[in-house]
Amino acid sequence: MTRPAAILALLLALLSAPAQAALDASEMLADPALEARARALAKGLRCVVCQNQSIDDSGADLARDLRRSLRARLLAGDSDEEAIGYLTERYGDYVLLEPPLKPATWALWFAPVGFAAVALALALRYFRRRE
Amino acid sequence: MTAELGHFALALALGLALLQAALPLYGASRGRPALMDLARHTALGQFVLTAIAFAALARAYVVSDFSVAAVAQNSHSLKPLLYRLTGVWGNHEGSLLLWLLILTLFGAMVAVFGGSLRKTFQARVLAVQAMIGAGFLAFTLFTSNPFQRVWPPPLDGAGLNPLLQDPGLAFHPPLLYFGYVGLSVAFSFAVAALIEGKVDRAWARWVRPWTLAAWAGLTAGIALGSWWAYYELGWGGFWFWDPVENASFMPWLAATALLHSAIAAERREALRSWTVLLAILAFSLSLLGAFLVRSGVLTSVHAFATDPERGVFILLLLGIATGGALALYAWRAPTLGKGAPFRPVSREGALLLNNLVLVTACATVLLGTLYPLFLDALDAGKVSVGPPYFTATFVPLVAPALVAMAIGPMLAWKRGDVAGALGRLWLAALGAALAAGAAFAYGETLAALGLAAAAWIGLGALVEWGERLRVGRTPAGEVWRRARSMPRAAWGGGLAHLGVAVVVAGITASQCFQSELILAMKPGDSARIAGYTIRYDGSARVEGPNYRADRATLSVLRDGAPAAVLAPERRFYPVERQHTTEAAIRTTVLADLYAVIGEEDPQAGRTVRLYHNPLVPWIWIGAIVMALGALISLSDRRLRLAVPVRRRRHPATA
Repeated sequence: MTRPAAILALLLALLSAPAQAALDASEMLADPALEARARALAKGLRCVVCQNQSIDDSGADLARDLRRSLRARLLAGDSDEEAIGYLTERYGDYVLLEPPLKPATWALWFAPVGFAAVALALALRYFRRRE
Repeated sequence: MTAELGHFALALALGLALLQAALPLYGASRGRPALMDLARHTALGQFVLTAIAFAALARAYVVSDFSVAAVAQNSHSLKPLLYRLTGVWGNHEGSLLLWLLILTLFGAMVAVFGGSLRKTFQARVLAVQAMIGAGFLAFTLFTSNPFQRVWPPPLDGAGLNPLLQDPGLAFHPPLLYFGYVGLSVAFSFAVAALIEGKVDRAWARWVRPWTLAAWAGLTAGIALGSWWAYYELGWGGFWFWDPVENASFMPWLAATALLHSAIAAERREALRSWTVLLAILAFSLSLLGAFLVRSGVLTSVHAFATDPERGVFILLLLGIATGGALALYAWRAPTLGKGAPFRPVSREGALLLNNLVLVTACATVLLGTLYPLFLDALDAGKVSVGPPYFTATFVPLVAPALVAMAIGPMLAWKRGDVAGALGRLWLAALGAALAAGAAFAYGETLAALGLAAAAWIGLGALVEWGERLRVGRTPAGEVWRRARSMPRAAWGGGLAHLGVAVVVAGITASQCFQSELILAMKPGDSARIAGYTIRYDGSARVEGPNYRADRATLSVLRDGAPAAVLAPERRFYPVERQHTTEAAIRTTVLADLYAVIGEEDPQAGRTVRLYHNPLVPWIWIGAIVMALGALISLSDRRLRLAVPVRRRRHPATA
């Protein structure tokens, strides 16, 4: 996409992938416990060609492929961590909707606490100065 | 011919904007009334010219003039008239023209309704407004001309993304832009005040109605967008913490903070310079949103780098507006003087807490939105910052404000009494305990917290009204008399808080108590969800004006008796070669029954997704109540009066 997109065109670029509907009944596993695990994991995995959409919600072909390979891993007896690891090995941390805590994301995870602390400190200083 | 007329009108508007950006400022500093008055006329002129340009573009869409590039790329002769019209702003160029139309409309309104402003001040506000206008007019004319012709004109247009061919999304941009652009007035007021070096109670009173109007538009626009996502995208979600959504949510958070701090500035001359800063930040976040969405930087930092023309232009606008205003602020704010002192526990203190929480939350959303871009730009790896991050940070950050929301309005100005306020809120506390208990009975801890907060805030707002009206302590006639004389701002503020309670209840219940069923069904099959039996009666082919669809018929039975029929569709738009899902929703206001269909498999049957979403309509009802509260506040006499009303110095009853 070389031309910058319009507000809506862009909003839709993110959402336009659903050429197909999301999770299809035919993809689901027969074992309800396994299927529940698959759904829970799928909700945290990003459809890497969409914007901020989980593979569970997305109708993109790639999302369907990821859902299938996730279920195949679980059927093969993978634990949740192993199944997720299988995908992060191929797609990197980008595939995780929740960014993992590592040096590159320390600022991301700890800054909100910092923001709150700064806000509190400024308020305290404000009242101190007035006394 | 009309397209050239529109183009010419825009160029003229740019000329007027440049005049208006310079001469009134000079006039105000030299005391030349003629130059100051000029601003009012040029502001009206700019609006009329932009309206002419907009009408010219709208005409091109209505008559399907495909010699205009924007029309050829975004419209089609088979499109229904409504979507040909709303298609005007369904693309970058047209939406920019809509932005300009609203921007110049606000300028014209300041010219018309600003008669009570000091002459010099009005002239300066309009000059700053014209600087913003000139920036966007130049942006439109030089990088995004909506009137560009193509030769030879195509036989028909490329069509409009089918997802946009929907009433909800058709009216989402005008409302949202009303909010974004409305904040420019607060910005202009702030910069003009810094130029004059004077921020008094009158200033705060002037700023409030504009912020209220913008905030109402933003609230309604965001709600409409989220409602659209809910029924159109087909999985029952309503908020995705998507960068584009965040781009509208950040100005909303800042504007909400601004509305509250302006109360303290108006009533008590407290938090004045902070209010000025918030006014600058709120509009800067609008501009940042425009940059994020229009530059292409969200799709990929590298796409932006290869074709940076538009992005760099907006970034420049953002830099000049925000940088200039902040520099002015750094220079002039120390001269504004200290505001009236107050204790941490006081009405002002509560408003300050609101501000700290909202600004912290806003900074967090900003960080989460930009972080992936930073990492990508630094080649430090690609990460996704998705909903789990925002839920984990945003919710705990705003929680203290939700608790304080009911207490704040009960505190006296200057020095309050928390214990007394809590004592008077016993009814709200009881309601919160009951709501929490009920949710615990269902084994949902998170639901208990959310519903308790909703009950606490909602009942808190009612208790506050009751206190003002002395319900139960005076005869009904006296209560009625008090109700009639209670300021509209008090009604509006309470209503907005009530709206928040309704939204919190809706979000909590729909997140914690949703039921979902995905299955393949053949005609005659039944499924049970949340006490309903859903029977699939089959599907049929239907032809729409510019699409064809599979429409399923799902009979909803309650205790064996027919309760409703749901008819979800899967549409195919041949021109755009896209599928869309049309959800069928049956709402009881207390819950939605939501159905979408997927593909039909010859063996297994058609995939049907069913959801039961408790209280989900409350999210949008609550947002409407909030916007309504803002409009009622807007009609408060005090905000409309030309001369400042002398208020008694005793704040206890204010």
